[in-house]
Amino acid sequence: MATLRYDKTGRLLFTKEMKKEYTLLMPMMLPIHFGFFEEIFKLHGYRAVILDTTGQDIIDEGLRSVHNDFCYPALLTTGQLLHALKSGEYDINKTALVMSQTGGGCRASNYIHIIRKALKNQNLEHVPVISFNLVGIEKNPGFKMTPKIVAQLTYAVVYGDLLMWLSNQTRPYEKNIGDTDKLLAHWMNAIKKEIRRSKSFLPKAANKKFIQIAKDFQAIDRTEEERIKVGVVGEIYIKYAALGNNNLEEFLHNEGVEVVMPPLLDFALYSLNNVIVDSRIYHKGYLRAAIVKWLFQFLYSLQDKVNTAITHHSDFRPMQSFERIKELVKGYVDTGNKMGEGWLLTAEMLELIDAGIYNIICTQPFGCLPNHIVGKGMIRRIKQNHPEANIVAIDFDPGATKINQENRIKLMLATARRNMQSHSAPTFALGGGK
Amino acid sequence: MKHVGVDIGSTTVKVVVLDEQYHILYKYYARHYSKVRTEALQVIKKIRSLLQDEPFTIAITGSAGLGTAKHTGIEFVQEVFATRIAVEHFIPSADVVVELGGEDAKIIFLTGGSEERMNGTCAGGTGAFIDQMATLMNVSVAELDKLSFSHQKIYTIASRCGVFAKSDIQPLLNQGAQKADIAASIYQAVVDQTITGLAQGRRIQGTVAFLGGPLTFLKGLQERFRESLELGDGAIFPDDAQYFIAIGAAMHSVNSPVTTYDDVLHRLTDAAYAKTTIETLPPLFSSKEEYEAFQHSHRTDDVEYDDIATYQGSAYLGIDAGSTTTKMVLITEDHKILHSYYALNAGEPIPIVLEQLKQIYALCEDRISIKGSAVTGYGEDLIKNAFHIDTGLVETMAHFRAAQHFNPDVDFIIDIGGQDMKCFKIRNNVIDSIVLNEACSSGCGSFIETFAKALGYNIQEFTSLALRSSHPVNLGSRCTVFMNSSVKQAQKDGASVEDISAGLAISVIKNALYKVIRANSADDIGKNIVVQGGTFLNDAVLRSFELEVGRKVTRPSIAGLMGAYGCALIAMDHKKEVSSLLNLEQLNNFSHTSQATTCTACTNRCKLTINTFEGGRKFISGNRCERPLGKTEKRVVPNMYEFKLNYLTSFVSQEGRFGKIGIPFALNMYENLPFYHAFLTDLGFEVVLSDVSTRDMYQLGQHTIPSDTVCYPAKLVHGHIENLLQKGLTTIFYPCMPYNYDEKKGDNHYNCPIVAYYPELLHANIGALNHVNYYYPYLSPHDRRAFEKQAFAFFSERYPITKKDVRLATSAAYEAYDAYKEAIHDFGYQTIKYAEANDLDIIVLAGRPYHVDPEVHHGMDKLITSLSLAVISEDALSPVVDKQPSTVVNQWTYHSRLYAAARYIADKDHMHLVQLVSFGCGLDAVTTDEVRSILENEGKIYTQIKIDEINNLGAARIRIRSLLAAIDQLKERKIK
Repeated sequence: MATLRYDKTGRLLFTKEMKKEYTLLMPMMLPIHFGFFEEIFKLHGYRAVILDTTGQDIIDEGLRSVHNDFCYPALLTTGQLLHALKSGEYDINKTALVMSQTGGGCRASNYIHIIRKALKNQNLEHVPVISFNLVGIEKNPGFKMTPKIVAQLTYAVVYGDLLMWLSNQTRPYEKNIGDTDKLLAHWMNAIKKEIRRSKSFLPKAANKKFIQIAKDFQAIDRTEEERIKVGVVGEIYIKYAALGNNNLEEFLHNEGVEVVMPPLLDFALYSLNNVIVDSRIYHKGYLRAAIVKWLFQFLYSLQDKVNTAITHHSDFRPMQSFERIKELVKGYVDTGNKMGEGWLLTAEMLELIDAGIYNIICTQPFGCLPNHIVGKGMIRRIKQNHPEANIVAIDFDPGATKINQENRIKLMLATARRNMQSHSAPTFALGGGK
Repeated sequence: MKHVGVDIGSTTVKVVVLDEQYHILYKYYARHYSKVRTEALQVIKKIRSLLQDEPFTIAITGSAGLGTAKHTGIEFVQEVFATRIAVEHFIPSADVVVELGGEDAKIIFLTGGSEERMNGTCAGGTGAFIDQMATLMNVSVAELDKLSFSHQKIYTIASRCGVFAKSDIQPLLNQGAQKADIAASIYQAVVDQTITGLAQGRRIQGTVAFLGGPLTFLKGLQERFRESLELGDGAIFPDDAQYFIAIGAAMHSVNSPVTTYDDVLHRLTDAAYAKTTIETLPPLFSSKEEYEAFQHSHRTDDVEYDDIATYQGSAYLGIDAGSTTTKMVLITEDHKILHSYYALNAGEPIPIVLEQLKQIYALCEDRISIKGSAVTGYGEDLIKNAFHIDTGLVETMAHFRAAQHFNPDVDFIIDIGGQDMKCFKIRNNVIDSIVLNEACSSGCGSFIETFAKALGYNIQEFTSLALRSSHPVNLGSRCTVFMNSSVKQAQKDGASVEDISAGLAISVIKNALYKVIRANSADDIGKNIVVQGGTFLNDAVLRSFELEVGRKVTRPSIAGLMGAYGCALIAMDHKKEVSSLLNLEQLNNFSHTSQATTCTACTNRCKLTINTFEGGRKFISGNRCERPLGKTEKRVVPNMYEFKLNYLTSFVSQEGRFGKIGIPFALNMYENLPFYHAFLTDLGFEVVLSDVSTRDMYQLGQHTIPSDTVCYPAKLVHGHIENLLQKGLTTIFYPCMPYNYDEKKGDNHYNCPIVAYYPELLHANIGALNHVNYYYPYLSPHDRRAFEKQAFAFFSERYPITKKDVRLATSAAYEAYDAYKEAIHDFGYQTIKYAEANDLDIIVLAGRPYHVDPEVHHGMDKLITSLSLAVISEDALSPVVDKQPSTVVNQWTYHSRLYAAARYIADKDHMHLVQLVSFGCGLDAVTTDEVRSILENEGKIYTQIKIDEINNLGAARIRIRSLLAAIDQLKERKIK
């Protein structure tokens, strides 16, 4: 068995030896994307497992192990990891945990320490916790983010985004129920297979695949019926993870709504963009910014390719270009606002409105600090400038009840329906100043 | 054709039948006592004759109606939407609709940009809130309403949340404030919440329709709305206001499929008897044997009694004047109880104690002489002064004394009373860790009782139902407001009262364990646990606790009397020849009146209650310091909070070539003011500061706060901006600062997201800022070179300045900042020396720079100095501590200072740390655990005080006094 080794500060390291023997557990956020991530990690010799567990036990575990004033994502991810450790499915002497870390000014950069504290309290200190980040915090000899892995993960994000983006646009309209999910499963398998097959997975044929995916989804038999479109923005985990948002996507789908989930790549572009903006504001880090700029361009060109595939080979709505998003947020918050989702959150609301999607759910963990500013704090101004915007802010929390959340979303949907009707048949006028 | 609307709210069900012209043919209103579906069915059965002959349309609405609608397939319409339909038809002139329901509050703006809003998750209830408050005051809601009309003054009561409001009201009741005033203040809190939480800056003006049950029935509430909003004739309180949602639903149903009576009856019957799937918890007892074993095991913790009618000798009296109950115990020399008393005090402890004392004297005759008396609890000071009790002591000590009597090895005590929870650990016979609940755990005990009543049971019945529950529902553990809405969901899902009762007991315990104690495991708590407080007399609560911690605990049979019993024991410890307690004759002449007033001696504006007893004896309560008591001579104890405030408000401004520039004196300006004041002055501005925060200023800006869960210091900035605008300033400076000064104590030097970006939020939410020069550039004083560039870029675009101007101004800024830091450090050093020379203890009142704002700390510093303790702040100590590793990410400047200060005092016997934490400060979830562990690793006691807009120092006083008592005990042991 691998020996436990520590660094100078006393942090338990994940060693090369461990890489061979240990199973790596990671919390789930986006099923499509994270499914690909799992394959990539396996490709590089990690026994990675993305946890798709759900249920009250996870929340209870989180409540027990995390300071209850901490935000809900911390509670859920820690809960999910600890719950898995205790499930008996994994050998606790041969398991490590992986958690993402941004190093930003939001308290989320503390998640990793919260997990360690929880482990310590439950006498599981021997379980290594690996910080998954791209900025070089907490290095581990057995877990290295090589350029290759980063590039592959990037492609995985792009594929994931495209599949999520298109399937959301076909699912509510498909004539044969299940077509979308069948196609989605087909492509997820195909991409996973490709990951497994080729060590390189820097697909030259990626562009071809983008086009093929667009064509395949275009081929799904769909109704012409007009549906209400609802955009979901917010704190990244709560926005995406079904465990965090009480299966929000499923709820909306059952309400007959087309859900619009902003792509994950935007968050990556946002993170890179912050480095560039920082060098401008704080007058330093120019070299780093130059390198990041190059990376940014690479990602940006990928997004561009995907969008070209969508617009040329299907009639689906393309994703908003990141440069456009940046443009939209002017006059609201500065792009120097970088804690948590920062300016991107405000921008996501604006890009939805820009694309004609006026109904928006702004999700956040109860008491989320950055969202006070960039979420709830900007809604008033957005509504002033876009009276057609129909935004509801929903807090998520272990104590918040689904009924309260659903009732508020239903109110938003009722307004959306009325707006849609009055749009198509303007029989009764709304409002009108006095 | 007829149209039927069914509105199932959180507490009531309303049904209307309309004809084609929307005239009301039938209306029905009743409480559903959580039997949602059966009640809906019953109503429909009642109107058979009206509906059975011809087809009709029907729609369901309301927060608890969702499940019923889903199950039956009957059309559902969201209630705000339904309200809107009805109002547009019946009150076409309405501009705004305010609708308060049992637990939801809604506002609809119909003109000038249509908008609908509901209260956020944390906004608490409204109707249910008023119900709860009435129960607290021991009056019916109708009486409360009547009382409110004869009010003379309004107290500020936190309006954000029912739990908070309760914490504000309780001390008022205990201080003897007039019920009429409190009643009106409760209404005012509801009004304030509507204006700030709901309308959030949009003015409620024009023609306003008020709907919903509370606004229909409560005339006093109507009055408060009319007055506060200055609506005059614009306020409309329509007939049938409680039916409007149901009417809207009926109108909405016009477009839904036509149905028949039999069909609806069939669907509802189906739903009423359907099994529902809800997440449930394991039962409290899996078998009858288990229950009996449980019963048996708790029989042993009894106390002995003696007969007061025959006993001869000395006796000792203990009084626990709690927040909702008054408890009294008279014991013999050998600890037996002669007489005990436990009753709700209905907010008036004095008459109850008076009555009981008379009775006790009568029972004692000449056989028994009382040789000592002691009092504890919220009403300690008042009762002590009123009846000349010998000893007053803090609650924690009383409980500890009593618990030790039952289990000498006790190492953990948890007391859940009506309002408060207290837990403390005992190490080496000394209380070494005290945890009191925060607002979010407030009122858990009385919550069960209130709920029992609301469902039509008394507490005993309600408890016995819980014991029989087979599938307790999971109701969460955040706070009673959240539990309340979880119950709503459970009701919607058709949970039984048994399961709800058991679920409540479990929730209260989970709240205590996870939110208050923050326990990780049973061993973490203790091996010899004593549980007490009235709430533990509930067997369901006791059982939940044992199940959750996984071990048997001691519950004395007098669990509800432990405070009083402990007092009696301590009275005996301090026994005298004759107790100073008023004798029977004095009691017969006793009289008491109380009067409320506001102290004007300083800016704290304490709300005082002047109690006058017979012969003109007076007792003043509500004060933070001695000044209103007429004692001008007091020992001057060093107070760094006062020093800092004086320093920051004493900058002199001079006229400048660029005119006036305003700075809001709030949030990070408590740190950065010296820097920016000097910088702007040197650059050529006349700097004008907003006034020091007050509650009034807060209210001035309250309507532009977009997020009601942000911290109070941030909320205050809105008022400061309004204050500057009122001063006529046309240029306002408030920079964004993601980074703070780098003091090299951590891995980075961030500000929190709120401090960093709040200026941007202000810009987006305070409309008036669009009409003035509002400067909110990104500046980073941590890097002088960068700062100069940023400042030059920003100001040279607007003013004719040179790079040199900026460089000189920057120098002045850093000089001023360094001088300020130096002064703080120096004051800290002097204080330590002074304390040593005068044998004083020092409290490091640790927090964030803006906690110096007197409206933020509510006079905490003076409270501490009044107990003869010196006060310094964390940043006085941090400069002399080196960077050390921590178990959390240490990348915020303010946090680094906290950790450093904690390390500094860890080995100092005469220094203690009290951490101030603003409610809603997410980052302090990180710091509190870390500071605690730094202190506890060195055997120090950690004390945390949460502060918010709540203006109640009662809980803080208990904490600090408990800390002092524990410190004294520790010192005594060391001497021995």
